[in-house]
Amino acid sequence: MKKLGKIYTALIMFFMYMPIIVLIIFSFNDGKTTVWKGFTLNWYRDLFKDEQIIGALWNTLAIAIIASVIATVIGTMAAIGINNFKGKKRLLIQNASNIEILSPDIVTGVSLMLMFTIAGVAFHFQMGFWTVLLAHITFCTPYVVLSVLPRIRHMDYSLYEAALDLGCNQWQAFRKVVIHELMPGIFTGFLMSFTYSLDDFVITYFTRGATFQTLSVQIYTMTHQRISPKINALSALMFVAVIILMLIINIKDRREEKEQEQKVRI
Amino acid sequence: MRLKRPSIPYIAWMLVFTLVPIVLILYYSFTDRSGQLSLEAFSKAFGYTDVFLRSLWIAFISTLICLVLAYPVAYFMSRQKKSVQNFLTMLIMIPMWMNFLLRIYAWVTLLQNNGPIDTMLSFLGIHTQLLGNQNAVILGMVYEYLPFMVLPLYTVMSKIDFRLIEAASDLGANRIGVMRKVVFPLSIPGIISGITMVLVPSASTFLVAQYLGGTNDIMIGDVIDKIFWSDNHTGSAIALVLMAAIFIFLIILNLFGDEEAIAE
Repeated sequence: MKKLGKIYTALIMFFMYMPIIVLIIFSFNDGKTTVWKGFTLNWYRDLFKDEQIIGALWNTLAIAIIASVIATVIGTMAAIGINNFKGKKRLLIQNASNIEILSPDIVTGVSLMLMFTIAGVAFHFQMGFWTVLLAHITFCTPYVVLSVLPRIRHMDYSLYEAALDLGCNQWQAFRKVVIHELMPGIFTGFLMSFTYSLDDFVITYFTRGATFQTLSVQIYTMTHQRISPKINALSALMFVAVIILMLIINIKDRREEKEQEQKVRI
Repeated sequence: MRLKRPSIPYIAWMLVFTLVPIVLILYYSFTDRSGQLSLEAFSKAFGYTDVFLRSLWIAFISTLICLVLAYPVAYFMSRQKKSVQNFLTMLIMIPMWMNFLLRIYAWVTLLQNNGPIDTMLSFLGIHTQLLGNQNAVILGMVYEYLPFMVLPLYTVMSKIDFRLIEAASDLGANRIGVMRKVVFPLSIPGIISGITMVLVPSASTFLVAQYLGGTNDIMIGDVIDKIFWSDNHTGSAIALVLMAAIFIFLIILNLFGDEEAIAE
């Protein structure tokens, strides 16, 4: 039975990784088809020379960083405020916040596009960097609220009051006690925002206007034409980036777990 | 610290960027091009009923396959040492964070004519068209969303007290009995959130069918995408119906879940 579980899980992992590994292998293939013609690094060289892709990469990072920072600030503040609402009002706000998470990406995308188009005609602007940024903040913030709220609920208010009694002013007490206590939740929210923003295609696709390019839109263009093995090289690099990101998060989680254990011991 | 005021920016943000777009979708659904109140958009939207139903069907089948595939994995993961659990969770999450178009594209590469799988099958004397049919679309969906099923199941199962399972077997339950009477009932919240996390995106996805399916396999997401650029009104009506269908489904699913909780 134990062995069966192991074999089965290994098979599922094979199913999950095999396509990615095949792409990575073909990224080193000296030919445009899926027939092996020898080793090359040319596709990587081409990739780094492609100014459109590099430009799209910078756009993606800029959007992800700005959107997740703003979402984290708005979301953390919101969670602190929401926690002080009671009963129906609180339920209403939380449900409104969840609508964004539960509604399909494509609906969020087209509805925002509709609004930006109308606003664009009224205020003479075109969709581009700013509309994508606004859209990303919109779909990232609920995740921050979701990850900070439980932390606040479990926070010990007497710590904050103690800080005030010991001579902190409100801002100092807030910064040194509240933010410190909420930090793991805030950080999780930030990371979720950052990765969702990096990964998003659908909402970006509808709100980007005619010319603004992000990496996911660039991938869409490339995969739609299905010609260049540069896509394979890009996949390989993104795979490595994801693994690095995962390792960082994992190390952070471990550290947190250890801290928790120590707290319990004390 | 006891203030409600910090939530004002977010509430304002939701009003502008969540509420207004939904109101606009509603407005466009119930008006025609001249701005008159009309149900024309819905009558046009009804022309896509077959696509709509097919999308729900594909999403349903994909969700079911995900559930069947994921359940044993999640159970296996939950019974490992903590360090192994962390490692396996990471392994499940890594593909999830790859760009979804790249993952679908990987399957296009694998399944295409003269691609790796086709070549292997021809060695065995099997010649079939692997791409361009509904099965390929379902395969793509399952691949895309399997991690979203494994993770919630695993989270719930890892919280099951192992002593309950031991107690059940001490009291004479066989393996199937333990699964049916202990593990399964306790994992229902995980099943519900797993179904939510797979069904919602797979019912509304677009491009997967365009990449892996044939011309007759397009899904409702593809229709919204195509139509929206030319006809906002019909596009809004379809989007509205899709959103309504999903929310109704989620409400029913959660009612079902609550009842299960009450029954315990």
